Amino acid sequence: MPRLTQDETHEVRFTLNGRAVSARVSPRLLLTDVLRHEIGATGTHVGCEHGVCGACTVQVDGEPVRACLMLAAQAEGSEIRTVEGLAKREQLAPLQEAFRENFALQCGFCTAGILMTLDALFSREPDAEEDTIREALSGHLCRCTGYVPIVQAALAVRNRIKGGPIDA
Amino acid sequence: MKPAPFDLVVATDLGEALEALHQGGTEARVIAGGQSLVPMLNMRLARPATLIDITRIPELSRIEATADTVSVGAAVRQTTLERWEDLADRLPLVRAALPWVGHTQLRNRGTVCGSVAHADPSAELPLCLIALGGSVTLRRRRKTRQVAARDFFQGMMSTDLAPGEMIASVTFPTHRKGTGYAFREVARRHGDFAIVACAAIARHDGSATLTVGGVADTPRTLDLPAEAADLDDRLNEFAWHLQARDDLHATARYRRDLVRHLGRATLKEALSCRD
Ligand SMILES: Cc1cc2nc3c(=O)[nH]c(=O)nc-3n(C[C@H](O)[C@H](O)[C@H](O)COP(=O)(O)OP(=O)(O)OC[C@H]3O[C@@H](n4cnc5c(N)ncnc54)[C@H](O)[C@@H]3O)c2cc1C
Ligand code: FES
Ligand code: FES
Repeated sequence: MPRLTQDETHEVRFTLNGRAVSARVSPRLLLTDVLRHEIGATGTHVGCEHGVCGACTVQVDGEPVRACLMLAAQAEGSEIRTVEGLAKREQLAPLQEAFRENFALQCGFCTAGILMTLDALFSREPDAEEDTIREALSGHLCRCTGYVPIVQAALAVRNRIKGGPIDA
Repeated sequence: MKPAPFDLVVATDLGEALEALHQGGTEARVIAGGQSLVPMLNMRLARPATLIDITRIPELSRIEATADTVSVGAAVRQTTLERWEDLADRLPLVRAALPWVGHTQLRNRGTVCGSVAHADPSAELPLCLIALGGSVTLRRRRKTRQVAARDFFQGMMSTDLAPGEMIASVTFPTHRKGTGYAFREVARRHGDFAIVACAAIARHDGSATLTVGGVADTPRTLDLPAEAADLDDRLNEFAWHLQARDDLHATARYRRDLVRHLGRATLKEALSCRD
């Protein structure tokens, strides 16, 4: 059984936005910190570090989770998607485009996490009702927009994709 | 806000986990979904020397149904139970309560047993386990025991778990024909911990229970006839009996009022959906 000792670093391997990555981590390192500080993927933001704000939300094996509540070592073997995985080169994903068109972000601090939640929601449920969208968004705090434009952006992209994959 | 250093044992079978737990003694702790533990580590409210990750243990990852029970293993995530195809038929109360447990993003990692182990007085899953008369299966090296939920929860975040012991599964008695279930909760926002949460069960023999969380240090149950003529008096007495306290979220008086009104509404709903 692997015991990862506290005084040493240990190799962890996972895929990040489809690319295999590895990093050396101590057991107490959080997933947010390995993403931002070891790998340099700073699109994932850190607000509260106790699961409340949602800024750090990433997808692990397709489901949105709090990266600040996961140890980096627990990511071993999983597939992780972050906001950097949404756009194709210079081409924003429809969800990101809808955020821009609907003024669904101001400072942008909450945006990466919200996008990962909505992206996962629409892959499971492309025709999600507004209630479901609002319920998914209840796991996120935004101090700028008042949420209305975020819901509008989500509804706009839902109506546009009507069943197709979200980032096709 | 970063955790203090610890060793992490990634157990791949139950024997390994129990051995590591035994060796680590009072300084070792299980990590399941981490949705309550990692905040405590980050804020350094907990500083265990060893953490034992049990989520990769196949034998703990099962939902097992018998004719009249459903057992949920310690590695089963809340979302997994929420999506279990038989949930609505077998455990209608749990189905009604699960969406109230935090947010989707937390349920995707949080486990059912982790919530029971954590024993927050406002948590929905311990409330359901008590309301349904369920039990907790505890394992330590060379020893297994089963404890009724009502004896397992001993106080605010305090349980019957002994050092070196862990929850292997929790068992819920399943739906019986002729019984109605209802769950209601009031929180500041959806996904926040409950200020008051109510679970009501109305049985075909005319008896009913109302179990209330978020008020006393553990969920408490009131037994009563489903159609009690003096319902309001009983609820009032129960509300006082729970010895509500003022805190940041609500006053004691507001909590008592919620027990009376939400309690009555939840009982009525359970009564009306007996099948
Ligand atoms: C922002 C936020 C909001 C939340 N809102 C709610 C809410 O509304 N309602 C609610 O009920 N919960 C809520 N939670 C808590 C959440 O439900 C947790 O998932 C749950 O309490 C713990 O489950 P876990 O698997 O994550 O356990 P962990 O965090 O891994 O562990 C919690 C504790 O239980 C112990 N433990 C875990 N599994 C076992 C086991 N098998 N045997 C022995 N000990 C064990 C750990 O050692 C630790 O002490 C919230 C959490 C956050 C961060
Ligand atoms: S930083 Fe993870 S939820 Fe706030
Ligand atoms: S856009 Fe600033 S917090 Fe949401």
